[in-house]
Amino acid sequence: MYHAIVFLPLAGFLIAGLAGRFIGARASEVITTSGLFVSCALSWIAFFDVAFGDGATRVTVANWIISGDLAVDWAFRIDTLTAVMLIVVTTVSSLVHLYSIGYMHEDPSRPRFFAYLSLFTFAMLMLVTADNLVQMFFGWEGVGLASYLLIGFWYEKPSANAAAIKAFVVNRVGDFGFLLGIFLLFVLFGAVTFDGIFPRVAEFNEATFRFLGHEWHALTLACLLLFMGAMGKSAQFLLHTWLPDAMEGPTPVSALIHAATMVTAGVFMVARMSPVFEYAPTALSVVTVIGGITAFFAATVGLVQNDIKRVIAYSTCSQLGYMFVALGVGAYGAGVFHLFTHAFFKALLFLGAGSVIHAMHHEQDMRHMGGLRKHIPFTAAMMTIGTLALTGFPFTAGYFSKDAIIEAAYASHTPGANFAFIATVIAALFTSFYSWRLYFLTFEGKPRWAGHGHGHDDHGHGHGDHTPHESPLVMLIPLAVLAIGVVVAGFAFKEAFIGHDYDNFWKGALFTGANNHILHEMHEVPGWVVASPFVMMVLGFLIALWFYVLNPRMPAALAAQQPLLYRFLLNKWYFDELYDFLFVRPAMWLGRVFWKKGDGWLIDGFGPDGVSARVVDVTNRVVRLQTGYVFHYAFAMLVGVAALVTWYLIGGTH
Amino acid sequence: MAAVPMFALAPALPEIVLAASALLLVLIGALRGERAAGLIEALTFVALLVAGFLVVTQGGERLETFGGSFVVDAFARFAKVMTLVGSAAALLMSGDFLRRAGINRFEYPILILLATVGMMMMISAGDLIALYLGLELQSLALYVVAAIDRDNARSSEAGLKYFVLGALSSGMLLYGASLIYGFTGTVSFAGIAQALQGEGHAGAIFGLVFIAAGLAFKISAVPFHMWTPDVYEGAPTPVAAFFAAAPKMAAMALLVRVFITAFPGIVDQWRQIIVFVAIASMALGSFAAIGQRNIKRLMAYSSIGHMGYALVGLAAGTAEGVQSVLVYMAIYLVMTLGTFAFILSMRREEGPVEGIDDLAGLARTQPYAAYGLTILFFSLAGIPPLAGFLAKWYVFAAAVEAKLYTLAVIGVLASVIGAYYYIRVVKIMHFDDPAGAAFTPMSAGQKVVFALASIVILILMLPGAPAPLNGAALAAARSLF
Repeated sequence: MYHAIVFLPLAGFLIAGLAGRFIGARASEVITTSGLFVSCALSWIAFFDVAFGDGATRVTVANWIISGDLAVDWAFRIDTLTAVMLIVVTTVSSLVHLYSIGYMHEDPSRPRFFAYLSLFTFAMLMLVTADNLVQMFFGWEGVGLASYLLIGFWYEKPSANAAAIKAFVVNRVGDFGFLLGIFLLFVLFGAVTFDGIFPRVAEFNEATFRFLGHEWHALTLACLLLFMGAMGKSAQFLLHTWLPDAMEGPTPVSALIHAATMVTAGVFMVARMSPVFEYAPTALSVVTVIGGITAFFAATVGLVQNDIKRVIAYSTCSQLGYMFVALGVGAYGAGVFHLFTHAFFKALLFLGAGSVIHAMHHEQDMRHMGGLRKHIPFTAAMMTIGTLALTGFPFTAGYFSKDAIIEAAYASHTPGANFAFIATVIAALFTSFYSWRLYFLTFEGKPRWAGHGHGHDDHGHGHGDHTPHESPLVMLIPLAVLAIGVVVAGFAFKEAFIGHDYDNFWKGALFTGANNHILHEMHEVPGWVVASPFVMMVLGFLIALWFYVLNPRMPAALAAQQPLLYRFLLNKWYFDELYDFLFVRPAMWLGRVFWKKGDGWLIDGFGPDGVSARVVDVTNRVVRLQTGYVFHYAFAMLVGVAALVTWYLIGGTH
Repeated sequence: MAAVPMFALAPALPEIVLAASALLLVLIGALRGERAAGLIEALTFVALLVAGFLVVTQGGERLETFGGSFVVDAFARFAKVMTLVGSAAALLMSGDFLRRAGINRFEYPILILLATVGMMMMISAGDLIALYLGLELQSLALYVVAAIDRDNARSSEAGLKYFVLGALSSGMLLYGASLIYGFTGTVSFAGIAQALQGEGHAGAIFGLVFIAAGLAFKISAVPFHMWTPDVYEGAPTPVAAFFAAAPKMAAMALLVRVFITAFPGIVDQWRQIIVFVAIASMALGSFAAIGQRNIKRLMAYSSIGHMGYALVGLAAGTAEGVQSVLVYMAIYLVMTLGTFAFILSMRREEGPVEGIDDLAGLARTQPYAAYGLTILFFSLAGIPPLAGFLAKWYVFAAAVEAKLYTLAVIGVLASVIGAYYYIRVVKIMHFDDPAGAAFTPMSAGQKVVFALASIVILILMLPGAPAPLNGAALAAARSLF
């Protein structure tokens, strides 16, 4: 069964990727999508088997690497954490496949698109089923590759290519840290399998390791390096710059990869490594603080963005920050729970946004929308549900998971948790504001799309009908399914993920140290803490309502009144400019130096070019020896004989 | 001297047959005049084939006659077969060219025949007298052949230059031979070897240097090479093709025989000469060829360089070294004959062309010829896995085994530089725009030689294919030790 779950997407990728040209777009779509639905169904069976039964197991597929002390199997580690990830990945992926049939129906390279989607799904499943760090890294890089390919799917667009490269390069920074972390764990434990590492973590509590001229607590260093990888993949503060640009990819890709699954890989990895992180309190503090900063920072930027997808992208970034806060304070269950619920409502929001974009003929600027509720009522309704969940409206999925994180942050004793609490509460206000701003700008007010639409990146809508139209059924069904999930997932699984059934549900897949009582303490916080997210949500809703429905002149006035702040936020805290100045330009300069001076002058000058120039010099001289005069020739012969004889007379005959 | 019994002449039967044929053909030519040119050419070819057959059927043992002056051993047979192949191929592919140039005189095949007799005598020489006889018989014929286009100033100039310098080299050789005789009291190679055992006399080494100079001239090794480019370019192309193949083989065989059989006791001394000459030849051959615009001059420098590589094997002074020299020469012979077969066919309506630029775009106008020539040039450059690479590999391996590391390294570097001009020709053929009309079709003889050479080079790439060649060369090399 697990083989089928993992390898059906691979088979889909191979068929659509290699034979897509021959079997055609429709066959590629059907094969990959149906494969994913089978995989999804099996995943749900596996989930109930593992989480509510005792189906946890280990499936060996093959020996992969055996080299000296390093033995790496290709194996599936099936426990509750894996099972949760399996249903998240396969459910969202299968719905996105289905949705893409509608969304991409005018694109000429659909087989390629579906092949990439399936490749991504396979890699992501490799990641979450990994039995060891090396296999996880394989999946980690595989999803990075698929992400790169899909961001740059419309490769005729220079901006898409640039975004793809940016995503890849920024992730390299994080992956480098991840690799170093794997190396360090191998040095310490002599193993890369989780079974070889987790039971022995306590032995190494006192171990130190010398790195960059400093004596480190080895486990802390390892966790920080691993977290560096998570920061890259999950777009945390400092390594977040690629995620908004990744919206250059098709919208279903944004929903699948850059909202629901791949970007949560970092969260999954830290949760998976919780037995190690529990012994590295300093690292947990770093995770908490970075998570808090990200949640706050991304929410502030989201306040002023005008591109519908970018707003949701910053929202994703911010929500990932929430998840890391939960992990940092030791509430791994809450973090994974938010991952689980977020996958559904964020996928819903992205697919809803895709439906809007589809309706608007690839117009993404919210300033050119408005009043769409009457034209696409179903999408509007679905977006409303997604927005409610994101903002944490009571009894939606987001309500349970987000509030749990905020309560855990308050209850935690981890240094930095207080900061994270304040940051997440403020971020909740911002979240509510930008989510409702998005909704009001898009669906309410007066239509602002006359004369717009058919944007510059139009992909060939041939018809001249400018009226927005509801999307086809194949796109609406996934929205409906996700909406049901968003409504149900919260209270259905609350007790299992973070409540009374915690131990029965997780069965040790998430590790909590002996001193970690956060699960208990988070239920005993003061009433104002419990109420604060709700208050913030209502406040954010009211402000948005006032700004964009009751007094639409207000935002412009505020922006004019606070130009510095507005520009600061609009330009995303100037991170791109800062990185451009700090890294890109010096790298370009260095590259130019190596190219012009290093390669051109030094290597070519003294290497190939220099040598060939000398050869030509010698050639010219030698050719000039050939004068054509017999007496010169005779002279050369005599000189030759004389030289040889002299050599013997002076050099002796040994 | 008592009369030599008839059966004692048997070892020299191939040479006698060739010499008698030459005399007979002169008669035919004298009686029938220019009309007989075609007939004589054909008969010469037959004579060469018969001689080759006789050489092959002589058996494997060592035969001597004329009091040890004439030696037939495995080494001689190997070299003779190669020489005959070279002469026959040169003859086969040159007739068409000579007819078109209006210089198809009946003397040409006969001179080739006489030169071949001289070469075979060189190869079988067992003493200094026989050596000189063979060498002069060859050289005199070659002087005339070089100037065969006597109405053409450049051909005459080439013949004259070759003659004057050849006379100088013969003088040196004779002077060296007399010194050797003076210090050892004998002209026989075996006797010289015996006399020079242990301590070598300074005078004998003096003589050795002069003999080496005389022989180096014949294989056009630096610094005795300067006639080569001028003669190759000035003489008619068939003559250049002939010069590049058979005489080189014979002179190299003679050089090997003299050094290995007459001076085995003073290997260290003559090795210095060979190393110097080899390095100078490889370097000059590589550098000077780059500056050439004429394909015949290019081939002249190419042959200078190749003689340098072959000498690397001789410098080792071992049986393996000699084996590598023979293999090298055999492969060189094939590559050179094939290349010249094509050069002979380079002719447009207005006449023959010799510029390297005339090859531009050959891959488009004459794809088969271009691919054959590409194989030959890659092989000449020593690109693996072609035969030319094998040849170089063997000589460098022999040098390394004899601990001549510097020589081997210099050889490899020189072949890298040398590869440039061969590959440039390939590039011009394949990537440049056609320079003009296609060449006129090849004659049948040229086609045969060109195709055979390309195919042999290709076949030698197959695993196990070089084994018979290596085996024969090893047997030949062993017979000298």
